[in-house]
Amino acid sequence: MSNSVSTTIKSFYEYEGKHKGILGWILSTDHKRIGLLYLWSMVGFFLVGVFLGFLMRLEMLSMGPTIMGPQMYNAAFTLHGIIMIFLFIVPGIPAAFGNFLLPIMIGAEDVQFPRLNLLSWWLYVTGGLFAIVSLFLSGGPIDTGWTFYVPYSIRTSTQVILPLIAAFILGFSSILTGINFITTVHRMRAKGMTFFKLPLFVWALYATGWIQIIGTPVIGITILLVIVERVFSVGLFDPALGGDPILFQHLFWIYSHPAVYIMILPAMGVVSEIIPTFARKHIFGYKAIAFSSLAIAFIGTLVWGHHMFTSGMSDTARWVYSFLTYIVALPSAIKVFNWVATMYKGSIRMSAPFAFVMAFIVLFSIGGLTGLILGSVATNVHVHDTYFVVAHFHFVMFGGTGFIFFAALHYWFPKMFGKMYNEKIAMTAVGILTVGFLMLYFTMFILGYEGMPRRYYDYLPQFQFLHIFATVGSWVLISGLLLMFWNLLYALKKGSPAKANPWNGMTLEWMTSSPPPFENFNYHPEIKFGPYEYEHYDEAVKDEYK
Amino acid sequence: MNTNSHNIAHHRDDFGSKMGMWLFLFTELILFGGLFIMYMVYRVEYSEQFHLAAKELNLALGTINTLILLTSSLTMVLSIVAIGRGSKKISILYLIATILLALGFMVIKGFEWGAKFSHGIYPGGAELANLSNGEVIFFGMYFVMTGLHALHVLIGVVILSFMLVFLLRDKINKDNYIKLEAGGLYWHLVDLIWIYLFPLFYLLH
Repeated sequence: MSNSVSTTIKSFYEYEGKHKGILGWILSTDHKRIGLLYLWSMVGFFLVGVFLGFLMRLEMLSMGPTIMGPQMYNAAFTLHGIIMIFLFIVPGIPAAFGNFLLPIMIGAEDVQFPRLNLLSWWLYVTGGLFAIVSLFLSGGPIDTGWTFYVPYSIRTSTQVILPLIAAFILGFSSILTGINFITTVHRMRAKGMTFFKLPLFVWALYATGWIQIIGTPVIGITILLVIVERVFSVGLFDPALGGDPILFQHLFWIYSHPAVYIMILPAMGVVSEIIPTFARKHIFGYKAIAFSSLAIAFIGTLVWGHHMFTSGMSDTARWVYSFLTYIVALPSAIKVFNWVATMYKGSIRMSAPFAFVMAFIVLFSIGGLTGLILGSVATNVHVHDTYFVVAHFHFVMFGGTGFIFFAALHYWFPKMFGKMYNEKIAMTAVGILTVGFLMLYFTMFILGYEGMPRRYYDYLPQFQFLHIFATVGSWVLISGLLLMFWNLLYALKKGSPAKANPWNGMTLEWMTSSPPPFENFNYHPEIKFGPYEYEHYDEAVKDEYK
Repeated sequence: MNTNSHNIAHHRDDFGSKMGMWLFLFTELILFGGLFIMYMVYRVEYSEQFHLAAKELNLALGTINTLILLTSSLTMVLSIVAIGRGSKKISILYLIATILLALGFMVIKGFEWGAKFSHGIYPGGAELANLSNGEVIFFGMYFVMTGLHALHVLIGVVILSFMLVFLLRDKINKDNYIKLEAGGLYWHLVDLIWIYLFPLFYLLH
C-alpha cells in the first residue's frame, strides 16, 4: 500500500532553513540532519579502520615481516583501535541512529538542546581530524595501543599528545550527546508517552546517556594527566618520582569498562525494536529489558578491575571484581532470554534486519560466554593478553554492536532515506559477513587458547595454518561488507520509494512519512498504547501508516 | 533553545535547561573526582611527606582566596536575585563584582605559584629534585589540582563576561534570565571545588 501522505509533505531534505547547500547540513540544528552527518562521517572512519585491520591480517599471512615491520604494526593496531573505538563504536548507534530517531520515537520535534547537538558533531569531527593529522606530525603515528598505558605512553617518541587531545575532545562530544539525550527523554515526551511506554531503544539510549555522563569525565582527566606528564614530567604516574602506573590503569578502566556498555547497550535497544516488529508480537518482559539496561549501566561501573587481574592487585580485589563481573553478565542474559522468548509463537517475517539480529544473538552469546572465561581469575591468567581476548572483544563489539549497527542501518534505511534496498542482496551480504566473521575471529579463540600473544607482528611456525585461515576469513568478511555497502548505495540512487511504514511497526517513527518532515510530524502525536502492543495494531496505527 | 522561527509552538523550558546544566556540573564533579581519588591514594601512601610538604604552602594567601571565592558566590547570587526583581543596573554591578573577585583570585594564585617557582619548586625544579618522592607527588597534585581549578576559574570568567554582554543587550532580562542562572550554577561549582581543595592542601598538616 503506497502512502499518499508522503508525497504531499515536504521531507526534511527539502526543507529550506537559514543556510543552503552544504552549509544547510553542517550548520543545521535539525536532529535528523545531524544524525545523518554522524552516519556518513562514521561510515568513513569505519572504512579506514577496516582497511587498517585488513593490513594487519595481511601482515600475519606469513611469518616474519610480510608487508610491514614491527613499528608499523604497532602503529596499525593502535590506530585501528583508536578509530574503531573512539570514532565508530562509542559514538556509533547513539550519535547516528539515536540522534535521528530518539526525538521521533518519543514524539518530539527535536532534542532539548539542538545547538549543543550540532556542537557535539563539530567536536566529533575536530577530534577525528586531530587523530588523523597526528599521523603526519613529528614522531610519527602513535604506537601505544588504544589503551595509552603509562609509563610507555609517557616515554615513547611517537606523537602521543595530539591523539590524546583528540580522544579528550571526542569524550567531550560524547558527554554533550549524553546530557542532551537524558534531558530530552525527561522533558520532551509527547502526550501520553510515559516512561513505560517508551520504545526500548529509547530506554537503552537513556541508560547509555547515564554511563556517558558517569564514565567519560574519568577518561577525560586521565588523558589530561598523561598530557601533563609528557609536557611537564610532574611524576604522578612515574615510579621514579613516586608515582604509580597502576593508578593510571585503574582510572583508565573506570571509564573504559563502562565504555563497552556505552557501545553495546544501544545495540541491545535496537535488537529490542527489531525482534517485536518482525515477530509481530509484544516484547517478552518489557520492564525486565528496560531495567536490565539500567542495571548494566550501574553495575558496569564497578567491574573495571577485571582488566587488571595480572597487573598486580590483592587477591581480595581480584575475587571481588571477578564476582561483580559475573553479576553484570546477568542483565545481559536476561535480555537474550527475553528476545528469544519474544520470538516464541510469533509470526516471524524473515528479512535483512532480522537476519542481522539472528547472527547477533549467536555471535554476542559466544562473545558473552567467553567473557565469563576471561572474568574468572584462574582462566584469565592463562589467556590474558592473547588472541583469546582479541576474539572475545571482536565477538561482542563487532559481532554485537557492529552487526546491530548494520541491522539498524537496514531497519531504518527506508525511514532515513525514503528508499528500499534489494532484500536478496542484503540477505546474501548477511550470510557472507557471518561466515567471514566466524572464520576470522573464531580462529582467534583457538590461537589465543594455544598461546598466541596479541599485538605481535610475528608468530611461531605452529600458528601458521590458523593465521592463514583467519586472514582468508578477513577477505570474506570484507567482501561481505563491500557487497552490503554497495547494495545500500545503489538503493540510495536507484531504490524504489519506501512506504511510511514498510515493516508494519508500531513505534512512532513509522507514524510519519519516509523520510520524515522537518520537525517530524504533521500532527501532534498522542500515545495510547505501548510500543509493541500488536493486539491493538488496527486501533493504534492510522490508516495512512498501515 | 530552538532558534527556528517557523513554529511558534516552541516553548521555553527553563527546567529542562537547568537540568542539562546540572548534568554537566555532575560530569565536572567526576572529572575532579578522578583527581580526588588520586589524592586519596597518594595521601595514604605518603601521609608523612604530605604533612611535611603542606607546611610549605602559604596559609594566609589560601585563606584570603577562600574568602574571595565565597564572596564571589554571594555577589553571583545577588546578581541573579537583582535581575529577577527587575533591577538591571544592580544585577550588572554585582556581576562585575563577581568577575573582579574571580580575577583577584587568579592574581593571588599567580603570586602563590610564582613564589613556589622562585624557590625552585616546580616540576623538574632544582629544589623539588632534592625532596622525597612523597613531597614531589604532593606538589605534583597541588599544581595539577589547583591548576585545573584555576583553568575553571578562567572559563568561569569568560562565561560570566558573556553573561555581562547579554545583560547589557537585554538578552538576559527580568522575564528570561535562565542563562544567568546557569552561569551562576557553574560559578558555584568552581567555588565548591575550591572549598574542598583548600582544606586538603592548606589545612591538613
